[in-house]
Amino acid sequence: MMSLLVRDLRLAFRAGGGFGLGLAFFLLVAVLVPLGVGPEGSTLAKIAPGILWVGALLACLLSLDRIFALDFEDGSLDLLATSPIPMEGVVAVKALAHWLVTGLALTLVSPVLGVLMNLPPAGFFWLVASLLAGTPALSVIGAFGAALTVGVKRGGLLLSLLVLPLYVPTLIFGAEVVKRGAQGAEVGTPLLLLAGITAGSVALLPFAAAAAIRVNLR
Amino acid sequence: MSIWEYANPKKFMQTSAWALPWVAGLAAVSLGVGLVWGFFLTPDDYKQGSTVKIIFLHVPSAMMAINAWVMMLVASLIWLIRRHHVSALAAKAAAPVGLTFTAIALVTGAFWGQPMWGTWWAWDPRLTAFLILALFYLGYIALWEAVENPDTAADLTAVLCMVGSVFAVLSRYAVKFWNQGLHQDSTIMKVGEKDPIAPAYYLPLIVCIAGFVLLFVALVLARTRTEIRARRLQALLARERLA
Repeated sequence: MMSLLVRDLRLAFRAGGGFGLGLAFFLLVAVLVPLGVGPEGSTLAKIAPGILWVGALLACLLSLDRIFALDFEDGSLDLLATSPIPMEGVVAVKALAHWLVTGLALTLVSPVLGVLMNLPPAGFFWLVASLLAGTPALSVIGAFGAALTVGVKRGGLLLSLLVLPLYVPTLIFGAEVVKRGAQGAEVGTPLLLLAGITAGSVALLPFAAAAAIRVNLR
Repeated sequence: MSIWEYANPKKFMQTSAWALPWVAGLAAVSLGVGLVWGFFLTPDDYKQGSTVKIIFLHVPSAMMAINAWVMMLVASLIWLIRRHHVSALAAKAAAPVGLTFTAIALVTGAFWGQPMWGTWWAWDPRLTAFLILALFYLGYIALWEAVENPDTAADLTAVLCMVGSVFAVLSRYAVKFWNQGLHQDSTIMKVGEKDPIAPAYYLPLIVCIAGFVLLFVALVLARTRTEIRARRLQALLARERLA
């Protein structure tokens, strides 16, 4: 499993695109929104939590179809299916690799973008905390969507349509944490719910995704 | 005599051929009675005026939009567990009907909201949850259309339906985080209150709800029959190509 993780990470860093794409998109959102909305500090501070979370979510969405599609096309997914690791493990490892190159990277750069978006100082800690707690769910849900559409040619639009409604609870709770944190309000409830969604998704969705991949490889 | 007999497509086709005209006829009668009664024979509300009559379309379609998804979930589970093709086809047949009910609920709600709330649309928890439900229906239908092998498509959509149900319920409670919203609570089933809705509205509403349930059953039966015939046609064509 370790070698699969290392292989996926290596592919993401070397094959160009996969790794930088999400980050670049996230950066673009944080630069373009102030240009479009105007430089007024108070307006930006008000919409910063939502925009940053939407940006992170869309950046995650961009690289989802890479999770399984390339391996499906060149046949490595068949080899992985016959390998001693259960399919659930393969899915979990691939989702973890996706999270490391998108979710974790987005979390690490998010404070810088918070400055660009004029996020109130109290919000920075909660921005990082909520992204850290929420982006694993984005990767696992995305892996499930990618597993469903892996057999579909040019399934990118379909993948977005399937995954978008599944992302709704994560987005709402994530943005709520940052909003409340920025206002100095109590963040416990949404943060716990967000972490709960992540824990539940990480525990259960690899099974659903593995079932979908088995169907697609049939 | 068990319910699984109807998993046999032949038995299903026989029974549904017999039942379909009755269900459809009853749906037409109760919808006709309920809507005419509701639209023309009820008094105007003292505050809402005649817009109150949108309730006779809005409430039943909203109820059936949710029930249709539940029916799809049950049919998907039956398909996954017992591999009855009729079940998978019934789930497929129900999805566009459910999407239509969702759309009716959203549109009639907008028509009512414009004069009453002063807005066509508000990001209210109930409204938002319905929009998300519509997205789930769209994704489900799109996945059925996109996958070519019918058995693969049935499996994938069944898994999507299960996962989607969990997330639809999650979303329903997540959107409650914003505020209490504009939309009033459901009054039909309010416990402990005598006549939560005036009887003049209550009775035609019940007739309309019954009509929508029957309409849903009739449409799903008809669409499932179409799907079964399409599947048989494909089998015939495949056989002809081999011969």
